[in-house]
Amino acid sequence: MGTTIAFYILAAVAVFAALGVIVQKNIFRVALSLIVCLIAVAGIFVLLSADFLAAAQILVYVGAISVVIILAIMLTRQFAHGSQPNRLGLPALFVSVVLFALLVFAILGTNWKQSIEQPIADTTPALAKQLLGSSGFILPLEISAVLILAVVVGAIVIAREK
Amino acid sequence: MTEFTWLHWLLFTVIILAFVIIMVMVFIYLERRLLARMQARLGPNRTGPFGLLQPVADAVKVLLKEDIIPDEADKLVYWLAPVVAFFPVLLVFAVIPFQNGGLLADLNIGFLFVMAVTSISTIGVFMAGWSSSNKYSLLGAMRNVAALVSYEIPLLLSTVGVIIISGSLSMQQIVAAQDIPFILTQPLGFLLFFIGGCAEINRSPFDLLEADSELVAGHHTEYSGMKFAMFYLVEYAEALALSAIITTVFLSGWRGPLLPPWLWFVLKIVAVFGLMIWTRATFPRVRIDQLMALAWKFLFPLSVINLLITAVEVLLLKDSYSWVLVPINLAIMSILILLWAKLFKLGWGKIEV
Repeated sequence: MGTTIAFYILAAVAVFAALGVIVQKNIFRVALSLIVCLIAVAGIFVLLSADFLAAAQILVYVGAISVVIILAIMLTRQFAHGSQPNRLGLPALFVSVVLFALLVFAILGTNWKQSIEQPIADTTPALAKQLLGSSGFILPLEISAVLILAVVVGAIVIAREK
Repeated sequence: MTEFTWLHWLLFTVIILAFVIIMVMVFIYLERRLLARMQARLGPNRTGPFGLLQPVADAVKVLLKEDIIPDEADKLVYWLAPVVAFFPVLLVFAVIPFQNGGLLADLNIGFLFVMAVTSISTIGVFMAGWSSSNKYSLLGAMRNVAALVSYEIPLLLSTVGVIIISGSLSMQQIVAAQDIPFILTQPLGFLLFFIGGCAEINRSPFDLLEADSELVAGHHTEYSGMKFAMFYLVEYAEALALSAIITTVFLSGWRGPLLPPWLWFVLKIVAVFGLMIWTRATFPRVRIDQLMALAWKFLFPLSVINLLITAVEVLLLKDSYSWVLVPINLAIMSILILLWAKLFKLGWGKIEV
């Protein structure tokens, strides 16, 4: 009961914050709405007993990525007013409506499996075994680490003074 | 995990609020008096016995002042900024054990929770800096963000060693694992965490975000009255939170002989804060390039090396991780720091450090 109420509150906050991201004109407030949305999603993770994921979401997305986003938009021109609508409005509307329809179709059409097992109380060791254990996802993890390293090196090469 | 009841929740919320407010007042008094002592001044000594009532007088004064909001300010964001900055600091204390089992919530991701929550307060600072529509505020906030993004990495990495040894992220378990305080088995980790932490909460010598001579007062330049008091409170509450984290993670938290656990906890917190005051009185403020170089060229490589060494030690020794390693780790720390101090250069050695 309590979880259901909490879920609806968090979901409403997330949806309204997401609406705020696209509706507001002031780009700084847009970034703040995005942060609220990400925190609400982290709350939903907590309700799903994925506490590690929730903490990681806040640490990475709220603490680091959103801050970098704010820094990046501050380097753009007229960041306080946002970009004015241009002639790509109609194609953008078309693409987003199609995407939305596809998502709704896919979500409603899927037969979601429901587990009756109790969630694990201590998620951290289980997660570590899955990620780093011999039969787990160690290879994809390492590959993504190499990918990130390559991106960082690439960014340094581009940004370096000649 | 302790059973969650409303009474437990209510009790600890009240305890945490009272603890933070009272300790912040103690800290303000201690800082002013100790700093004065170290600079051969007297410090505030007229309000009450030994000037003990000075923080109260300060608080009353600042609450009675006029609350000014700039015309150009983004009102909503300006209002919310102090709250967003203060809220995460309070949340940290939810997982800090005051004594055995005496904490609001023994989360099994405790330490990660602390790190995640503290990263939110940057946004409060950034909101304040931006919404004041003042160039000093904005510059101060930008500096803070740049420093924070860099220092978060060594801060986290330096504690992974502790987490490997204790084998848990729960604060309660980390304290339970400290038969020998981790400051002895992880001296390098402690040093890196202390430096990184001081930079993260903008204590001097890393208080670039409010370098008075350059930026007036940084992100809270335009704030006055109650809202300024909030930022002042945040500053000391962050110092308190950092002291509490260091106490819990490196100084074996509430554990200690003879005295009651909560008293040990408070004493250790005050000792750590004393160390912060000492560094503040001793070192001059760093430049922004020095700040960045310190994070990336000094703290970051050392924390990675520390992590590697700790992992190897734990693998080799498994259960017998004990006093043997104290001198070894101290020696490793001294060698590494001496080596890095020799190698530390700015701008290919063209800029004076």
